[in-house]
Amino acid sequence: MKAFQYLNPKTLPEALAAMALPGSVAYGGGTNLLDLMKTGAATPDGLVDLTGVQALQSITLDDAGNLRIGAAVRNATLARAPLLRAHAPMVAEALLSGASAQIRNMATVAGNVLQETRCPYFANPDAACARRDGGQGCDARVHAGREHAVIGWSEACRAVHPSDMCVPLVALDAKVELSGPEGVRLVALSDFLTLPEETPNRRNLLGSGEIITALVIPAAATALAGQSRYLKVRERTSFAFALVSAAAAVQIAGGKVIRARLALGGIAPKPWRVPEAEEAMVGRAATPETYRMAAEIALQGAAPSGDNGFKIELAKRTVARAFEWAAADVPGLGRDLPASVFDTIPEA
Amino acid sequence: MPDDFRKITPDADHGFSIAAPPRRFGTGGQSAARRDGLAKVTGAARYTADVSPAKALHGVIVSARIARGRVAAMNVAAAMAHPGVVEVMTPQNRPPLAQHPDEKRHPFNFRHEALQDDRVRYAGQAIAMVLGDSLEAATEGARLLAPVYEAEVPRIGFDAAEPWTPQMVGFFAPATHEIGNIAKGLADADVVSEITMDTPAQFHNAMEPHAIVAEWVQEDGRARLLLDTPNQGPVMTAGLLAGYLGIAAEDVVLRTPFIGGGFGSKLMIYGAMVLTALAARAQGRAVKTVLTRAQMYGPVGHRAGTRQKLTLGVARDGRLTALSHDVQALTSSFEDFVEPAGRASQHLYAAPNLAMSHIGLRGDIGTPLAMRAPGEASGSAALEVAMDVAADAVGLDPLEFRLRNYAEVDPSTGQAFSSKALRECYAQGAAAFGWAGRPLAARSMRDRRGRLLGWGMGTAQYLCTMYRGEARVILRGDGSAVAEVAGVDMGQGAWTILAQTAAEGLGISPEKVLLRSGSSVLPDGSVAGGSGHTATAGTALSEAGKDVVKQLTALALNDPKSPLFGAGNSGVLAVEGRLLRADNPAVGEAYVDIMARAGLRDLTGTGVGERAAENAEKYAMFSHGAVFAEVAIDPDLGQILVTRMVGAFAAGRILNPRMVQSQLEGGMIWGLSFALHEEAVFDPTSGKVLNDDLAGYHIPVHADIPAIQTMTVEEIDPFVNALGVKGVGEVGITGSVGAIANAIRHATGYTPTKFPIRIEDLPL
Amino acid sequence: MSGLEFVVNGAACGVALEDPRVTLLDLLRDRLGLTGAKKGCDRGQCGACTVLVNGARVNACLTLAVALQGAEVTTVEGLSEGGNLHPMQQAFLDHDALQCGFCTPGQILSAIGLMNEGESGDDVARVREGMSGNLCRCGAQPGIVAAVQEVLQAHSSGSR
Ligand SMILES: Cc1cc2nc3c(=O)[nH]c(=O)nc-3n(C[C@H](O)[C@H](O)[C@H](O)COP(=O)(O)OP(=O)(O)OC[C@H]3O[C@@H](n4cnc5c(N)ncnc54)[C@H](O)[C@@H]3O)c2cc1C
Ligand code: FES
Ligand code: FES
Repeated sequence: MKAFQYLNPKTLPEALAAMALPGSVAYGGGTNLLDLMKTGAATPDGLVDLTGVQALQSITLDDAGNLRIGAAVRNATLARAPLLRAHAPMVAEALLSGASAQIRNMATVAGNVLQETRCPYFANPDAACARRDGGQGCDARVHAGREHAVIGWSEACRAVHPSDMCVPLVALDAKVELSGPEGVRLVALSDFLTLPEETPNRRNLLGSGEIITALVIPAAATALAGQSRYLKVRERTSFAFALVSAAAAVQIAGGKVIRARLALGGIAPKPWRVPEAEEAMVGRAATPETYRMAAEIALQGAAPSGDNGFKIELAKRTVARAFEWAAADVPGLGRDLPASVFDTIPEA
Repeated sequence: MPDDFRKITPDADHGFSIAAPPRRFGTGGQSAARRDGLAKVTGAARYTADVSPAKALHGVIVSARIARGRVAAMNVAAAMAHPGVVEVMTPQNRPPLAQHPDEKRHPFNFRHEALQDDRVRYAGQAIAMVLGDSLEAATEGARLLAPVYEAEVPRIGFDAAEPWTPQMVGFFAPATHEIGNIAKGLADADVVSEITMDTPAQFHNAMEPHAIVAEWVQEDGRARLLLDTPNQGPVMTAGLLAGYLGIAAEDVVLRTPFIGGGFGSKLMIYGAMVLTALAARAQGRAVKTVLTRAQMYGPVGHRAGTRQKLTLGVARDGRLTALSHDVQALTSSFEDFVEPAGRASQHLYAAPNLAMSHIGLRGDIGTPLAMRAPGEASGSAALEVAMDVAADAVGLDPLEFRLRNYAEVDPSTGQAFSSKALRECYAQGAAAFGWAGRPLAARSMRDRRGRLLGWGMGTAQYLCTMYRGEARVILRGDGSAVAEVAGVDMGQGAWTILAQTAAEGLGISPEKVLLRSGSSVLPDGSVAGGSGHTATAGTALSEAGKDVVKQLTALALNDPKSPLFGAGNSGVLAVEGRLLRADNPAVGEAYVDIMARAGLRDLTGTGVGERAAENAEKYAMFSHGAVFAEVAIDPDLGQILVTRMVGAFAAGRILNPRMVQSQLEGGMIWGLSFALHEEAVFDPTSGKVLNDDLAGYHIPVHADIPAIQTMTVEEIDPFVNALGVKGVGEVGITGSVGAIANAIRHATGYTPTKFPIRIEDLPL
Repeated sequence: MSGLEFVVNGAACGVALEDPRVTLLDLLRDRLGLTGAKKGCDRGQCGACTVLVNGARVNACLTLAVALQGAEVTTVEGLSEGGNLHPMQQAFLDHDALQCGFCTPGQILSAIGLMNEGESGDDVARVREGMSGNLCRCGAQPGIVAAVQEVLQAHSSGSR
């Protein structure tokens, strides 16, 4: 591992000053960055540890009912927070389905958003990877597999954004609060994470010297809290990234959908959301057919990037199941969190 | 805290003494708790990487990132310039070896890379070694070397590899075999069913990465190498390593008290071991090298990928008329190990016409070697699926079909089995599982959630390997004893069981036996592999104990002062530290008294553990079992959960039920892992294993592992060895892979053609 | 060079850290002689290095030592008091919840972390899920889960 300087600011201004030093990189729990430093894929000159910055630690509800989550809040802390469970329980579900209890105790929410793809070529500095090195090469072009994207990818990059947490966040219109030399700005999470297109190494809209200071889940999410679920499909029952996943929320009245939210994980370079799919559901009967229709729309344009075409149909089925599951949920109940996908079918 | 029991440290003679724990830390008796349990739950157990001699240098191996070609350049200057880097060893400056790493003087001299030249023959091979004052410095030095390669296109996978016909497969097994006439058997069949099955490369991935701490010391006026390293064959490895270093075998002291899992990967010499020893000699300092997890994907063996074809001829009455098993197995370009998968079908079912064949496929990968149940695991996985396909073809229940083809004698040799309680295993396992009433048709069971349910079974079978081992037992004047053998406990509970066998031979309670083990300086108990360790080292210890009893008996019978004087014709029994008259057990004398009168402070016996040649010739010897599994499958999403497993096993005499249960459960979990999780994926461009870690290479987690029930059917087997024990370490994986695959087949109607079985394979 | 002051197994501990690259795991193992926590992957993927930091289970291999100023660290060496094992250690012995033992310290610390989190009850599915960050290659899971369940049962009935 390359030698680096370690800085641990206590205040936001100190943090921004430290970030202004050349080669400085923000450091959260380190569960992703330190790992990549060990493989040699990341070689920062300085780490700015943000977990000591008091201003980044709180979870609060503002007057307008928006939930603001400090960037350095740990994934486990957030998953257990009563405010989150009431406001957006599927985010808690997504968090608890990710990684291991140990990693969730360490990882921060900003780090979760900015975690790198698990494409094996990215972590290996000897492999060609345009996403990592900004060059033209991509070894996944020759060999893309189950962990690669089936939608939103480009010839330049087939990588998947691996986060679970971000999937329901995108479905719920969450925003990222950024602070930097230019001041503070708020960007929709779905815009903040970018598609690879021609320049895959530009993976997000983070500016130079900028840090994430908070995530904001808009007040509107509350209305969907009772009928929303995060469903993660994978072969290893736990401690595995999603093969595909879906965050689905559906408000139903008189048997008809009045509002729906949907995002998918595991299939695209960023959490995949297609507003048209949600809109098409409105006014239709809350039935498996409607959910399937939404899934078809959401996956329009999907194409295998390698030996992974099965993920397209699997994603559609996951969407349908997630909606059925969300629809069946008793609104308003603080629920237990499932250990596996199997709990998604109710017992007869 | 009773420190003596917690800490297990080397004594001056480089052995390790392991006592029975005090009762409150573990039960005694036949089901005795592990002797090393306390050390392990308190963190006091010292594995190699935990050993840090003063001033030790840290060695870091630099691994090739290409699979074929040569290293054109390395930036040695940059690495040397990094603070804390002490030396960079490359083919240019590596000190000489007395034996070339590719020279085979002994079948277990596996060819390896110890910087003999600049060639790269697989990704992950050693191409340099960096020594540093700290691990951080050496690691960064290794990164700064930034090797430049001249790469050639690697030969990766079944299609690119080059076929070759081996004479031998596995360890000295014939590559082909045929009895009867397969063509005729198939012609006689009413139904012929054929399957093909691909199994992937799998890596042992013991939780403990390979580690070596080497230090040269002056002892008795000569240089000796003290080598701490987890190793499954300490005496053999010490001897072989000495060859490369040009020193006498006894000048390598290999200490291996704790082994964090081996599974076959810690049986061999590999480059890092030789280089660490060399570096320590050259530097005059201890050197510690610990492989990274990624470095375990190449130089330390793996289970070869195979492509198998099974052809079964079946008569309408459900009897096999022919069974042929043809195997292609991937191997390296420079070594000859071929996965003996075909062996799995040669001794199990009574097919009158029976054959196997093997083809090796050479590619640019590390040499595959033995991995838990080598041959049998992959072979059984395919065979058991083929059996279910054939059973279906004649409309029979899978268990009934297997019973109709029950082999009363070894089908490939005609030998009688030394013992075989497989029928009882089938019956007891089926009853415990509730197999009766299983519907024949696939997709006919659902659970209350509407998930597809399937039940499957498989037969387990594994060889009863035995080597030649030696041991020593020393009875002390106070009635306690020391049992000495270079035994290997990598989690099987060997230390616990070996002490029990010594105690049994000696006729004292195991708590009175102190085991000295874990070091090459002790009598060679042979290797821990092929499930033959307890049989070999245990028999040797038991014989050594009996040797002591024989000496005691001679003393007593000839001593007029002994109550046993003259009891020669009626014989004596050795019970609880006393010799008793066989015809009148009320008359006897304690060992301590016999020794005291003879003025003996201790009495040493020796023993050899070895199979009697006449039994080996006459009998077929196997452990057997029957494994039953249930799976539940989401009908839309295809996620597979194994919901329960039952295994009934017959493995001769069960010495310690507690340890045996743990071995059998572990084996069955390996079966689950094989069926559903493990797969190394090779990058066709670089030839590197893409998922060379534990996040991408999946082994099951707690959440994947269901309730597992194991049971044993005791066999009395006077032929297998004097103790009557067969191995239990590997039999559990055989049968289990097939049981799960067949359960999936029953749930979905899909006949697997490859492992692991994935969501996308299922017809949903 | 920075001085790191923290508490290890209840005792204050000061170390001069000349290199910020040192992980908590390497610090414990190489510099403090506490080799109970094991390095199975060094990448957060196996759980063998699990220790408690301020009562919460973490992977010591992905924790920079410099980041631990003032923290309280508990390793397996700090679990037994006087002559007594921690109930989790005793349960691991009683249920034969180990084979090679390499994953064992991590499993035990993780189980204590799970107990501290207080969410799983003794429900077996939740125990399995909650322990899934700790791999065991030997296949000792049945014993491990039984041991953890037993301690959680006693713990929850004790606190009821
Ligand atoms: C074995 C393993 C399994 C995992 N499994 C899953 C899984 O199943 N699902 C899942 O979703 N995730 C999984 N993860 C990923 C895990 O969620 C991330 O590693 C974690 O969320 C990253 O958070 P961190 O605080 O540790 O980030 P760090 O590693 O500290 O940082 C990650 C990135 O974020 C940047 N960063 C951090 N904070 C800020 C900030 N405030 N402002 C700007 N930039 C910042 C860093 O510079 C870095 O680029 C797994 C990780 C591991 C190691
Ligand atoms: S060593 Fe830390 S998780 Fe594996
Ligand atoms: S006991 Fe060996 S890895 Fe768990």
